[in-house]
Amino acid sequence: MSRRAWALLVAAVLIAAACNNDNNDNDGNGATAQRHETVRVFAASSLTEAFTELGDAFEDTAGGENADVEFQFGASSTLAQQIESGAVAAVFVSADEESMARAAPGAATVTIARNRLALVVEKGNPKGIDSLDDLARPGVLLVVCAPAVPCGRLGAAMLAKSGAGAKPASLEENVKAVVAKVALGEADAGIVYGSDIGAAEAAGTAEGVSIPLAADPALEAVYPMAVLEPTAGAKAWAAFVTSDRGRRVLAAHGFLPGGP
Amino acid sequence: MTVRPARALPAVVAALAAAFFVLPLAGLVARAPWRDLWSELTTTDALTALRLSIVCSLLATVISVVAGLPLAWVLARAEFPGRRLLRAVVLVPLVLPPVVGGVALLLAFGRRGIAGQYLDAWFGVHLPFTTAGAAIAEAFVAMPFLVVTAEAAFRAADRRYEDAARTLGAGRWTVFRRVTLPSTWPALAAGAVLAWARALGEFGATITFAGNTPGRTATIPLEVFLMLESGRFDGAVALSLLLLGVCVAVLVLLRDRWLGA
Repeated sequence: MSRRAWALLVAAVLIAAACNNDNNDNDGNGATAQRHETVRVFAASSLTEAFTELGDAFEDTAGGENADVEFQFGASSTLAQQIESGAVAAVFVSADEESMARAAPGAATVTIARNRLALVVEKGNPKGIDSLDDLARPGVLLVVCAPAVPCGRLGAAMLAKSGAGAKPASLEENVKAVVAKVALGEADAGIVYGSDIGAAEAAGTAEGVSIPLAADPALEAVYPMAVLEPTAGAKAWAAFVTSDRGRRVLAAHGFLPGGP
Repeated sequence: MTVRPARALPAVVAALAAAFFVLPLAGLVARAPWRDLWSELTTTDALTALRLSIVCSLLATVISVVAGLPLAWVLARAEFPGRRLLRAVVLVPLVLPPVVGGVALLLAFGRRGIAGQYLDAWFGVHLPFTTAGAAIAEAFVAMPFLVVTAEAAFRAADRRYEDAARTLGAGRWTVFRRVTLPSTWPALAAGAVLAWARALGEFGATITFAGNTPGRTATIPLEVFLMLESGRFDGAVALSLLLLGVCVAVLVLLRDRWLGA
């Protein structure tokens, strides 16, 4: 074949492959089922590991037969701003009430979990950071979330309460970015959620230090969930998250129960 | 009759393409909080971000000029194996996504980076989270612009004048200073301005490598991002308008070079 024909053939194959990827279902039994609905779930970054696991489990449930869950994780403030600007989300789970109020004022919400703050440090804790007071030592680089992000707001409140006088070196975009900076060794400590410690320790790059002060209910993060588009799939997902199985998975990832 | 639609088609497509560029800028201008513009631009956060932007972008431009001109000279005039590869490597930041550039900088100059660990251990120099780090991140993305422009200028410079000066006894530095530089400085200046404008607008590499520290690394693009996050939309639009004004000024300044015939 001529060169041009080869080029067209390769291009056609690539385009066909790219288009087909969305329709393939990898549920392990080889069946290629056409999913009828894609449920877009916007969720706080701290829910990344737990929701990914729940998303895989959801496909095996009755409600998940006709629905595919697609996640968008990010700082709750970022997601709220995106929803305000017109992004389409069927379900929104934020890490604070303020972002939920911005994105879906007046929507009915269910609190699916709570989270406590914790310190994340490099594996082996080379700088020997055991408390909030240690953060104020000269030479200790602390990173926290930006104040607009729920984790950042709570972190700043906790630092203020502790009176330790620690000053953050950087205000990161979301809680996973804080974990990344500490895991990379760029920062000595970061204020994150208890749920993030499990994932970091599993990756072997960081470890957690618990803070007694974080047990204060005023410093806990609350995760409201709102169904923004009450489709069958979205409601099934919401029911799954609040079911026993959903709560077990959340607890296994370090979240506290949402309570009434 | 069939000739007319064919003639109109390029014009229609061109009009759509023009609208693609004009509409976002028009939106920015239309949505700007004109009444509160001055108060939005003079808040502490905005002024700090402005000061940082100016300091970091100027620092980045100086780094680009000081390091970039010799590099451009070598690329333009010297013959050595691997010259093409070197030029390709220098141009990588032009096409690399800035965030990727930031990650790469972290792995090179961060506290555990290949070079950064020695900077930290031997000199106690720690670049992330500092203004110097922000300037370096900006220089990384901006320097290629200067190198490309300068290399083209050095290539295009008329060697005969330089040769004549050499035969008249001038040393190499004198030749550069008195012959090459005066004839190429408009191009070099344009390259420096381009690098400066690019440095001013850098976001991804800065936030990844230097972090987001108000007062030390939170330049205007980072501040706009922070404001958008926290719902301070008016402040974000005001700062965006400021940067837009700066860019328009740069374009006007260099219009003869880029927009002229």
